[in-house]
Amino acid sequence: MLSPAEIRRIARLARIEVDDAQVAALGPELNAILGMVEAMQAIDTAGVEPMSHPQAFAQRLREDAVSEPDRRAEYQSVAPQVEDGLFLVPKVLE
Amino acid sequence: MNDNPPLAELSRRLRTRKVSSVEATRHYLDRIARLAGPLNAFLTVDAEKSLAQARAADERIARGEASPLTGVPIAHKDLFCASGWRTTCGSRMLENFVAPYDAHVIEQFDRAGAVLLGKTNMDEFAMGSSNENSFFGPVRNPWDAAAVPGGSSGGSAAAVAARLAPAATGTDTGGSIRQPASFTGISGLKPTYGRVSRYGMVAFASSLDQGGPLAQSAEDLALMLGVMAGFDARDSTSVDRPKDDYAARLGAGVKGLRIGVPREYFTQDLAADVAGPIREAIRELVRLGAREVPVSLPNQHLAVPVYYVIAPAEASSNLSRYDGVRYGYRAPEYGDLADMYAKTRAQGFGAEVKRRILVGTYVLSHGYYDAYYLQAQRVRRLIARDFAAAFEACDVIAGPAAPSVAFDLGARTQDPVQMYLDDLYTIPINLAGLPGMSIPCGFGARGRPVGLQVVGNYWDEARMLALGHAFQQATDWHKRVPPGYG
Repeated sequence: MLSPAEIRRIARLARIEVDDAQVAALGPELNAILGMVEAMQAIDTAGVEPMSHPQAFAQRLREDAVSEPDRRAEYQSVAPQVEDGLFLVPKVLE
Repeated sequence: MNDNPPLAELSRRLRTRKVSSVEATRHYLDRIARLAGPLNAFLTVDAEKSLAQARAADERIARGEASPLTGVPIAHKDLFCASGWRTTCGSRMLENFVAPYDAHVIEQFDRAGAVLLGKTNMDEFAMGSSNENSFFGPVRNPWDAAAVPGGSSGGSAAAVAARLAPAATGTDTGGSIRQPASFTGISGLKPTYGRVSRYGMVAFASSLDQGGPLAQSAEDLALMLGVMAGFDARDSTSVDRPKDDYAARLGAGVKGLRIGVPREYFTQDLAADVAGPIREAIRELVRLGAREVPVSLPNQHLAVPVYYVIAPAEASSNLSRYDGVRYGYRAPEYGDLADMYAKTRAQGFGAEVKRRILVGTYVLSHGYYDAYYLQAQRVRRLIARDFAAAFEACDVIAGPAAPSVAFDLGARTQDPVQMYLDDLYTIPINLAGLPGMSIPCGFGARGRPVGLQVVGNYWDEARMLALGHAFQQATDWHKRVPPGYG
């Protein structure tokens, strides 16, 4: 099933740092979950439409007009680092 | 006030001015201060804010502008954003997050004049079935301090069971209202998908999540649902369908009601001390005029595997927003941007959340998407079709909410998969998007409660609540209070 290299790859995709001990612990845990899931993979579903959610919804549309007030200051009041209305983050590459 | 009445009774007393909202709110704040500690049911309480709302409610009542929930203190699962209130989702990631806006559900309660009593503990980001996954420590079952209350709405369930709040809100993605209701001997309802707006209800799995009430009785659930339900244009999955007058329809009774009992429910995996009360509850409903009909849900055994592909997949997408940039936890030390993301998420999330994000990322990744995610969605449709076929022969489906009574704290934490498999009765209902309710129907081993799950067809909450009400007029399981909390 999942090798340590694959676990590291998935963790990178998920942007979650994992150390060697965590990779070792995650192996059996993730493999147990994927093992349990295997039961449904063998089922013959030829011709069955995937069901992405319970209702036969179509995406509701609305007028292309501004409907929300500007609440930037309020929403940014909870941010870790803000300056001049911009969210501050470290450089992309060190 | 010297008792802990059901919501319907408290509502009557408030409207006839026998008690004020300030008195009632003080009563529950006092109980929380005295009793909530060992249960760890509450994460945030703010007496001043609650009492200010209570005063406003009393003024509204005096003006003759009250509605059923005006002045009633309600506890809210800490998944609902409430403006100015800390909203943690049971996670370090949002430990200090003060929501800058109200969820639709919070707005609905506000419009009704209810009082926000406090925010309840929960499994982190709603991922869990025991409330042992909270960053803030586990919640204990008021019936037995050694037992879990269930999850993920464990704090809300414990609060209602211990009469620390007349009622509470919860959310249910794979059983997180119904299973804790079952484990703590109270009533809980997951409405039809699309009935309650998810705006401001922090997302776990968007095609499965639904907010709903926990309370002492079906009558109370009806009053709560009357406030919570309703179309909201800000939730793209909210359905524009008028809500029923749930309270008005409570007295319909169960004469002639066809109760489907799936043969797949009664296997050797169902504990005998649960099967007994469930069968007796169904017999009681037949005594009240219903008819038992055998039905089959042939793909029942696939529901848990399907869910543990779809829910983690959706969670991996929904939780990608937690990156330390706009809100929430940011790692104290980091190098570049990628490092900040990776450390923030490694430190901010607990183990169960990380496990599910990783599973979800894997099943959506290139080369695996078809075999896992698309396949799960196809099997999901088979499961939904099973229910549609069963509902040709019956009006509601009845069975257990869980395969056992509440287990001990720590009993399942070593084996996540075993915990997942215990959600076998509740998960299929979320996959199909149907409404599901759990009402207390007895006690099993060690005096721990047993819940009867009732599943309705789409939008049939009124009929389910009427069944619950009829059952609760003939029995008194819902009136039982854990020792020490009367």
